[in-house]
Amino acid sequence: MDVGIVGYGTQIPRYRIKVEEIAKVWGADAKSFKKGLNLNEKSVPAPDEDCATLAVNASRNALKRACINAMEIGAVYVGSESHPYAVKPTGTILAEALGICPYVHTADFEFACKAGTEAMFVALNLVKAGAMKYAIGVGSDTSQGAPGDALEYSAAAGAAAYVMGANNLVAELVDTHCFMTDTPDFWRREHASYPEHGGRFTGEPAYQKHVSGAVKAMLYKANMKPEDFNYIVFHQPNGKFPVREAFRLGFKEPQFKHGLLTPTLGNTYSGSSPLGLAATLDIAKPEELILLISYGSGAGSDAFIFKTTKRLPEVRDKAPLVRKQLDEYKMYLEYGTYAKFRRKILKPE
Amino acid sequence: MRDVAIIGTGLIKWGELWEKSLRDLAVEASLNCFKDAGINKVDTISIGCMLGGIFNGQEHLASLIPDYLGQKHVPAMRLESACASGGLAVRTAFLEVASGMADYALAVGVEKMTDVSGGEATYGLAAAADQDYEAFHGITFPGLYALMAKSHINRYGTTREQLADVAVKNHHNGALNSMAQFPFAITREQVLSSVMIADPLRLMDCSPITDGAAAVMLTTVENARKLKKHPVVVISGIGLASDTIAISQRRDICKLDAVEIAAQRALKMAGKTIKDINFAEVHDCFTISEIMVMEALGIVKPGQGGPATSAGLTALDGKFPINTSGGLKSKGHPVGATGVAQICEVVTQLRGTAGKRQLPNAKVGLTQNMGGSGGSCIIHIMEVKS
Repeated sequence: MDVGIVGYGTQIPRYRIKVEEIAKVWGADAKSFKKGLNLNEKSVPAPDEDCATLAVNASRNALKRACINAMEIGAVYVGSESHPYAVKPTGTILAEALGICPYVHTADFEFACKAGTEAMFVALNLVKAGAMKYAIGVGSDTSQGAPGDALEYSAAAGAAAYVMGANNLVAELVDTHCFMTDTPDFWRREHASYPEHGGRFTGEPAYQKHVSGAVKAMLYKANMKPEDFNYIVFHQPNGKFPVREAFRLGFKEPQFKHGLLTPTLGNTYSGSSPLGLAATLDIAKPEELILLISYGSGAGSDAFIFKTTKRLPEVRDKAPLVRKQLDEYKMYLEYGTYAKFRRKILKPE
Repeated sequence: MRDVAIIGTGLIKWGELWEKSLRDLAVEASLNCFKDAGINKVDTISIGCMLGGIFNGQEHLASLIPDYLGQKHVPAMRLESACASGGLAVRTAFLEVASGMADYALAVGVEKMTDVSGGEATYGLAAAADQDYEAFHGITFPGLYALMAKSHINRYGTTREQLADVAVKNHHNGALNSMAQFPFAITREQVLSSVMIADPLRLMDCSPITDGAAAVMLTTVENARKLKKHPVVVISGIGLASDTIAISQRRDICKLDAVEIAAQRALKMAGKTIKDINFAEVHDCFTISEIMVMEALGIVKPGQGGPATSAGLTALDGKFPINTSGGLKSKGHPVGATGVAQICEVVTQLRGTAGKRQLPNAKVGLTQNMGGSGGSCIIHIMEVKS
């Protein structure tokens, strides 16, 4: 059975903070961060935004493009590393907000930055198995970076939601492949407010190994070459890693530039590669091929090949485009307000 | 004392070796050395390693390395003199053979540095400084060498460009060394625009954090002649010297007395002057250190290290080539392994097997390996014995 994406939607907070503003506070060299990470600014969630509210808005936008009866959705899956509760699901909040409780299956996924494509992977395969007509997979995060840590310059917020189904597709799933190992490059222990990471270990033996491993295995499995694709979308922890990997793997800038959002968005963790895919669907023509590669620390990559359909341009404008959410209505924060919004400073009780 | 020759060298490709542990590094380099020497059993093993305890939680390398090298029950010891630990291991192996205690002695230097973060590595390396009067107050090695560089600039007019030219020259050589961590050329502009670390030193003035190991095999000249495998390279001079651990207590912040004294001792033992030396591997942990070492060795007069570098004296085709291997800057600086790898490079040059970086007239070579900010120094002089 042909399965794929019926509708997609995104949500990006309107607040931003520039690399210079963070570097100023920590006495760091903004120029080297901007050049080294290919990063200019990042999104910041408002005090009343969290993983759940971003997921709700992204899913509502996805339903606008899907044009389906939401009651026919059989499963709601949310991938995040910033679920509001350690114990209590985000999926139920989302399903309730979409008005599709109680006859629905929900689950929360967690795999660092890969949780979003995990939710998409399971949603796609449940539909493919014939277990349900539609399933929704969401990647949503308000990610955390410790004050002064390199991650603080990139840890951002955003969400992308995908309604998966078997008809009225905007993009058909061609194939998938996965690449996993136990690699401790980045983690957050219970009760810890901020994640820890292995510095340069997060590069070559982590991101590079898994992303290139997944791409190469996917190409081999599908018997395809880099030039066969119109677009490639990477997980983008910064603006440097995906660009370097794209060139190493034989892809060219026109293939990855539309899906590369990090320089002005930051790393939205579980939302990162799903948002890049959404930005690519925003500009793709029918019958084009997209290769999507996620990456999650710990570590693994999911690869998906999608082929767009004639229905894509027909429903595209039913919800806001990614570039509109990213480039318009921006409000810049000073570090103090940002610190308050992110609860890095607290009023005494 | 018996005359001592180097009959084997063992290196591995240096870098961020995520898949290799401390023991893997030491064993691989040692096995390469065994192969090069054509020997599979030694009488003693001396191991140079500075930070096994702090970086890897692993002390007792005198048991670990013989165990994993298939040399169980062989007498072994670990030597530590900060970044000069490797040179000290070779000197110890030399004494074992020269004294008649051992016929075949292996010296291996190793450091596994990337298991800790950059901050932890800097903290660990600061253990080579004076804990009570330097490190405790927050200064790290880039800071200490920056103070020395500032003083050198103020007194002698050494320029930022001259410092950069040390790194450019060493990267040029390292680009010809397949074992180097960063085997590529860099430009003066790249050095001058790299991130500031400790004024005036920038990122490209500093040697990197490296995983690596190196090994050499020593025996008597008599035994070496019987092997007939390589030209017989002898260690004709060794000099070891110490100085105050804190730079504040030095006679002169612009002078490296331990280097000068160690060199005098080594040259005296070899019956030579610095003019008899053709080339050297020196401890360029920072660009300023190569300049100060050139002056301390007597290759140039005080204050002339910078201008001489920019004039090409120490280039591969210069009159006194320095760091043909790429030096610590390009080849990498796994602290315990550095002193041993310097000797590997000199032996390779003396054998005439250095490939594209081979010097045409390599007859007598010198290595200078230094601990901390110059608190200890060990010099080896090697030459081919016909």
